[in-house]
Amino acid sequence: MSEPNQKLAELIRSRFESVGGRCREALGEVTLEVPREQLLESCKALRDEAGFSFEELIDLCAIDYSEFGNGGWDGPRFAVVYHLLSITRNQRLRLRVFLDDDRPVVDSVVSVWATANWFEREAFDLFGVLFEGHPDLRRILTDYGFIGHPFRKDFPLTGNVEMRYDEARKRVVYEPVSIETRINVPRVIRDDHRFMDGKSSEGENGDA
Amino acid sequence: MAMPEIRNYTLNFGPQHPAAHGVLRLVLEMDGEVIERADPHIGLLHRATEKLAETRTYNQALPYMDRLDYVSMMCNEHAYVMAVEKMLGVSVPIRAQYIRVMFDEITRILNHLMWIGAHGLDIGAMTIFLYAFREREDLMDCYEAVSGARMHAAYYRPGGVYRDLPDSMPKYETSKWHNAQDVERLNRNRQGSLLDFIEDFTVRFPACVDEYETLLTENRIWKQRTVDIGIVTPERALQLGFTGPMIRGSGIAWDLRKKQPYEVYDRLEFDIPVGTNGDTYDRYLVRVEEMRQSNRIIRQCVKWLRENPGPVMLDNHKITPPRRDDVKGDMESLIHHFKLFTEGYSIPEGEAYAAVEHPKGEFGIYMVSDGANKPYRLKIRAPGFVHLSALDEMSRGHMLADVVAILGTQDIVFGEVDR
Repeated sequence: MSEPNQKLAELIRSRFESVGGRCREALGEVTLEVPREQLLESCKALRDEAGFSFEELIDLCAIDYSEFGNGGWDGPRFAVVYHLLSITRNQRLRLRVFLDDDRPVVDSVVSVWATANWFEREAFDLFGVLFEGHPDLRRILTDYGFIGHPFRKDFPLTGNVEMRYDEARKRVVYEPVSIETRINVPRVIRDDHRFMDGKSSEGENGDA
Repeated sequence: MAMPEIRNYTLNFGPQHPAAHGVLRLVLEMDGEVIERADPHIGLLHRATEKLAETRTYNQALPYMDRLDYVSMMCNEHAYVMAVEKMLGVSVPIRAQYIRVMFDEITRILNHLMWIGAHGLDIGAMTIFLYAFREREDLMDCYEAVSGARMHAAYYRPGGVYRDLPDSMPKYETSKWHNAQDVERLNRNRQGSLLDFIEDFTVRFPACVDEYETLLTENRIWKQRTVDIGIVTPERALQLGFTGPMIRGSGIAWDLRKKQPYEVYDRLEFDIPVGTNGDTYDRYLVRVEEMRQSNRIIRQCVKWLRENPGPVMLDNHKITPPRRDDVKGDMESLIHHFKLFTEGYSIPEGEAYAAVEHPKGEFGIYMVSDGANKPYRLKIRAPGFVHLSALDEMSRGHMLADVVAILGTQDIVFGEVDR
């Protein structure tokens, strides 16, 4: 979209296409996909090389693509997405790495950005993605002793167990949930793009 | 004679501790009074906002944003509506942009007042809390006037803001607590419109900040508790992913409002304060100056908003509701209304990341859509989560009481840390 983004995308292409990276631009954002094996090397390069200097890892999250497009997805199930920010060059980059379906493992980037520590624990907790080389991969958001990875698409919104205090046994007990998942508004995919008919310019008036 | 046996203590702090800013459980390994390792256990307020949003339409998920960082509600909404608007490819009316900026800055003052009160209370300054809440009350009234709710406003909507600024302020009424004379005094600055009330506030507020500074800035006890506590070098601040006042306290002049301006920030004049030592005291000074700068921005917005009436919501009824009286008489509006509130709108397949300069740091929304009327994945980048993860490093080698000062300087709110 903008010129700095194009420059960055060019730079990324010339640097990472040789190692199997793919670069795309959309909505003014640059996205780089690298093979899983190349992740750690790529991250080090993105942080240290002069044209990139992404000193900050802004965000790290996992995505479960299994129900993408209501089942029309044939790529790998899990991806980990990194949002990088360069303070010196004032640019952003999204980095995505797809994982193997049967063994969602990826190298930890804690050695590159210390802030990845909790983000990777969160992705492990919620999606069950394993980060190799993480110093302390524990659950972080869910309860002690929680079973399952709640943000996976096959985990029900209501959860599997509910908790209450049992007066007779004088302790907290876990039981299968008694509520049902309710869907008030069904999920529909509209592919006719009638929402994109270029009406955006209407908001431009009233400018001083 | 045998040497006395020296043991490390493990101290459990929280989850219900008045200085834990909510529900934080801290497991501290201590050598006497000195912290060797701090292990925060978070998630006690985890509500799975991101997963809930996957089962709601785009407009239904908006009020969840208020409940993330429940001290700066509208800034959370702002990042969300910006992500939705980016993916829809729409731009909002200029008046709505000014209103958003004005309320972002009101929210920043709200947040910093809450922070200065709680931070002061944590480390032994009682009075500041009372002073801060005096001004918070007025700003909450602004929230109430514009949205009907004092906290969870749901005022920003994809395509603009819910409605234009009201022409009158809610007023006090006589009761057994307030006699007629009191009420007249309380209502003195509420006679005009909301803009009049906000302008009156901006005139009063710099003197209020002076009062806070009189209480704290040169206060010997305050300095003893904050100077050289929790020092973060610029290099470590980058490694630890700091943003907002935390990185500015370490001397890096990074502010999204200046560096990657959104809405109308590039038309407004304001300065970015930076610290030099990266300690708790510098971060205090940075935030106090931010309140003054926010006040300056609000004044510019008030001036512009007075002179430039106009629409505050897009006229595109695929994403914004039609006028209520049109719905009564016009078939097409009725259909638009029905479709919008039963099915919502679909966003084309794609992904976007939108970030705002939230009072606590960079608050970002990463949204993935597969073309449906609900987000496929919503990731909330909460600044508090990142800052709290640095608590271990920041508190090592400090005394137990300093952990509380460091928690305070990080401006932790568990709504956004746990999401």
